[in-house]
Amino acid sequence: MSPSIVNFVYLVAGILFILGIKGLTKPKTAVRGNTLSALGMLIAVVITLLDSSIVNFNYIIAGVLVGGIIGATMALKIQMTSMPQMVALLNGFGGGASLTIALAEYYDNLGSAPSSFDELLTPVVTSASAFGQGAEGTIALVSIGLTVLIGAVTLTGSFVAFTKLQELMKKSYGLPGGPIGNGILLLAATVAVIALVLNPGNTVAMVSIVCLALLLGLFLVMPIGGADMPVVIALLNSYSGIAAALAGFILGNTVLIVAGSLVGTSGLILTQIMCVAMNRSLANVLFGKMAAGGDVVDAEQIYAGKVTSAQPDEVALMLEMAERVVIVPGYGMAMAQAQHAVRELADAMEAKGAEVEYGIHPVAGRMPGHMNVLLAEAEVPYDKLVEMDRINPTFEDTDVVIIIGANDVTNPMARESEGSPIYGMPILNVDKAKNVVVIKRSLSPGFAGLPNPLFAMDHTLMVYGDGKKAVIEMTTALNQA
Amino acid sequence: MEILILLLALFVLSLFLGVELITKVPPTLHTPLMSGTNAVSGITLVGALLAAGSDSSPVLVNGLGFIAVTLATINVVGGYLVTNRMLAMFKRK
Repeated sequence: MSPSIVNFVYLVAGILFILGIKGLTKPKTAVRGNTLSALGMLIAVVITLLDSSIVNFNYIIAGVLVGGIIGATMALKIQMTSMPQMVALLNGFGGGASLTIALAEYYDNLGSAPSSFDELLTPVVTSASAFGQGAEGTIALVSIGLTVLIGAVTLTGSFVAFTKLQELMKKSYGLPGGPIGNGILLLAATVAVIALVLNPGNTVAMVSIVCLALLLGLFLVMPIGGADMPVVIALLNSYSGIAAALAGFILGNTVLIVAGSLVGTSGLILTQIMCVAMNRSLANVLFGKMAAGGDVVDAEQIYAGKVTSAQPDEVALMLEMAERVVIVPGYGMAMAQAQHAVRELADAMEAKGAEVEYGIHPVAGRMPGHMNVLLAEAEVPYDKLVEMDRINPTFEDTDVVIIIGANDVTNPMARESEGSPIYGMPILNVDKAKNVVVIKRSLSPGFAGLPNPLFAMDHTLMVYGDGKKAVIEMTTALNQA
Repeated sequence: MEILILLLALFVLSLFLGVELITKVPPTLHTPLMSGTNAVSGITLVGALLAAGSDSSPVLVNGLGFIAVTLATINVVGGYLVTNRMLAMFKRK
């Protein structure tokens, strides 16, 4: 197979990937887009298998079988509530794949691979020319070093993100000195990359890059709290793409570069959207805590005597009269597995002639777009899922807002109370509605640790208890009314 | 060196294209976007195949290639399947 035919097919694959993402710009064309993208992947793989340098198919068949079975099992068994965990794992595997490709390329060009641990650390006499002629050798080496670095960080970082999302790791751990400790690790890894480029046979440098970068991945993510995971998995998504693009520079492979940079930008854009939605800088998410201080707000003072609670059947009476209702779901809805019950309540209200929409805050859930997937699974039509900027102007004409499992994203302090840690964060202006119903276990604060003055407002009713049970009771009462 | 400039040009243009494309994806589809791009980043399978199937190399290279093929295949198969599963839910109505 001549290289020009291979490259032409890679171009076609690249176009199919682009069309695939373009398909994702509309729910109607999204499935077709995904299929096109998968087709691009298939032809890229097939044309690569026809390459004459591939002579040994044993490892390939074994790898594809093992990977295919694991991948298919994960994809078909995963619960939609656990999607963030799956994406975290896939990010990690992507980083791991780039890491191992770069290592394989390194030892292949080195011409001698270690057979024991001692040999692993024994320098080999070689020069950059083993990796390519003239400047190309140096560039290949730089690419190898950086791919190993970013790939390894993505691998362990994603693994930590997974354990946090799965709630296997509940505490936060960090290096002494926080960002300074991480900075020293990154600096040491960078020095090792430079040492490798200057002396390609320096296998100790290669082993050092791997170890330092694996550690860096661990310590970068371990200090970050669970509620910040949407930012972290978007960022690691981006890293896995950048690692793939860099691997493309090692191999001189065009389709790797195109696909890798698309994934890299996608992750970065999502990271930025998440940061804007939390009104925090990326540096603050990665290294800081929520801005401490501001005036200490006394929850007692805000809530004392002003909170009105109600029973689900009282709420049902109110819902029966309502003409327009907006449901605001948060991660608590997913925890209570209440999305189907919520859909049934919406059906019951629509049967009584009400207009029902869902107001979705960008950081609702544990990853970008998570809430939409959960509601789509419960067969809520996607045109009822309205993003923050479009739903906010409608609250004044809304009779009832039902908040289930959300807290900080509805806190009016973000709008009004200058000096509050969440001041400036864009929120859903639910307090503008005529009535607000909050379904919640207690008055306990959300992630930001702040009391929510919304709960004490005159037009707010608190329904205490399990979200799913409360919603089902409302539906039953409404159907009987 | 010329090849490097070409690859670099491809890289930079793809970044710009990526920004144009991704900003048009609605928030509703951000989760499938992430799993779908996970699948696309499984394109590293192409590089992994070359490493796992090469001949001249020592066993370590094939071994690393095997790991790379396995991980990249998980991304490709898992990523496309789970994305399809999610998108099918959006298509229903």
